[in-house]
Amino acid sequence: MKEELFASGRNIPNIDPYLNIWHWQIPLYLFLGGLAAGILFFAGFFFVRGKEAKMQATVKWAPILAPIALILGLGALFWDLKHKLYFWQLYTTIRLESPMGWGAWTLMIITPISILWVASYMKEIFPGWDWKFDILNRFEAWIIKNRVGLAWVMMIYSIILGVYTGILLSAFNARPLWNTSILGPLFLVSGFSTGLATTIWISNDAKERKTLSRIDLILIVIELFLIVHLFMGFLAGSQASIEAANLFLGGEFTVSFWIFVVLLGLIFPAVLETLELWGFHVPKWLPPVLILFGGLMFRFIIVEAGQITRYIY
Amino acid sequence: MRYAMAIDTKKCVGCSDCVVACQTENNVPHGYCRDWIVETVSGTYPSLDLEFRSERCNHCDNSPCVRCCPTGASHKVEGGIVLVTHNKCIGCGACIESCPYDARYPHPEGYVDKCTFCIHRVEKGQNPACVSVCPTQCLHFGDLNDPNSDVSLALKDRKWKVLAPEAGTKPQLYFLT
Repeated sequence: MKEELFASGRNIPNIDPYLNIWHWQIPLYLFLGGLAAGILFFAGFFFVRGKEAKMQATVKWAPILAPIALILGLGALFWDLKHKLYFWQLYTTIRLESPMGWGAWTLMIITPISILWVASYMKEIFPGWDWKFDILNRFEAWIIKNRVGLAWVMMIYSIILGVYTGILLSAFNARPLWNTSILGPLFLVSGFSTGLATTIWISNDAKERKTLSRIDLILIVIELFLIVHLFMGFLAGSQASIEAANLFLGGEFTVSFWIFVVLLGLIFPAVLETLELWGFHVPKWLPPVLILFGGLMFRFIIVEAGQITRYIY
Repeated sequence: MRYAMAIDTKKCVGCSDCVVACQTENNVPHGYCRDWIVETVSGTYPSLDLEFRSERCNHCDNSPCVRCCPTGASHKVEGGIVLVTHNKCIGCGACIESCPYDARYPHPEGYVDKCTFCIHRVEKGQNPACVSVCPTQCLHFGDLNDPNSDVSLALKDRKWKVLAPEAGTKPQLYFLT
């Protein structure tokens, strides 16, 4: 038997008895960041492949949501800061060792890029749109001319953003549940999948939806594979890792994770998308809603559960 | 120079004097603390083992809090003491998440706060507040590189352990067992 207690009565808010310093803002931001990364990556990807005319929703329409998601995500991050008036200190230093430093700079770059991308399509999206100032019109023409370059930068930065949403957590060795390098690729794939789901929801073109659904199915399979690997890695790891895995294998997060994330958020929409590809009628909104719900739940559960896992006490 | 602390778990009685001394010396807000006492009971009745540990920031050599800080507010000064510059801290909580010892807390004013090894006293040649008040003299502070320092002498002839060495942070609180 081993019993440990704070003889001096430590009971610090948000630290004891369980760490809970990051609340809903962080998982929401991770979700919105991944979503934007997914939308922007596929917009850039299909543009570079010359599918602009065939994939209108992917290249032109869905990206409108990306800057909105990014700005809402940044708002959530700002909300979560406890020393808010000093937030600008993020941009007075470049700290290569700090994942959060990386994230702050990545957002600083990808948010304006996503706005430029959408702005360059404003005239096509809203016929009759006028920038009013000559300099803006000339700037627009310059961007349209250099869209391929912009698309490449956007794709690279959306991968960095997607991976970063996982690395932000995996860099914390103190929280065994997060401390696995597989979280980077897992959050990337999950984010891309939620981005695709949003685009599928928006698209009205049957052919475009079919192409996107096929990619989404591959992403879901990869995601399931990575989840299995995540737990295999934990169970083959240290005592702290095994205890982290046990939160999901019989512990308090078992039902929420396997039912809401894996079953409702991954397997069920994958089955529906497959049925749709086979020609069955499936409500258009159902698979995307399930995928988005699963992605959001996934981030909430990982952030919440990770803070409970620890080395001592 | 490498400041460190040795805590004699055989002498500590868990009176919490160090906790109160720290709160007074450093104006720690009510309900918070920079150091604390852990009481561990292990074994099976009747052969039980009792251990008291006065714990605080480990001022780790490989400090994850300094590594993950996005603004450089968490930093190390000479002697390996880890400090937080209040007006550089944005209160993002990354360092709190990164600490395997949960030694940091968000100060009600927004910035993150923690043990400083009482650097303001150490610079004047005094001991940290917790060390100087301990009634059983179970806390030993000093420079590990100086063989005659209080902490080096305490570690010389005794067995010791550190907490959660598997977290890989190279902690600098040594618990004499």
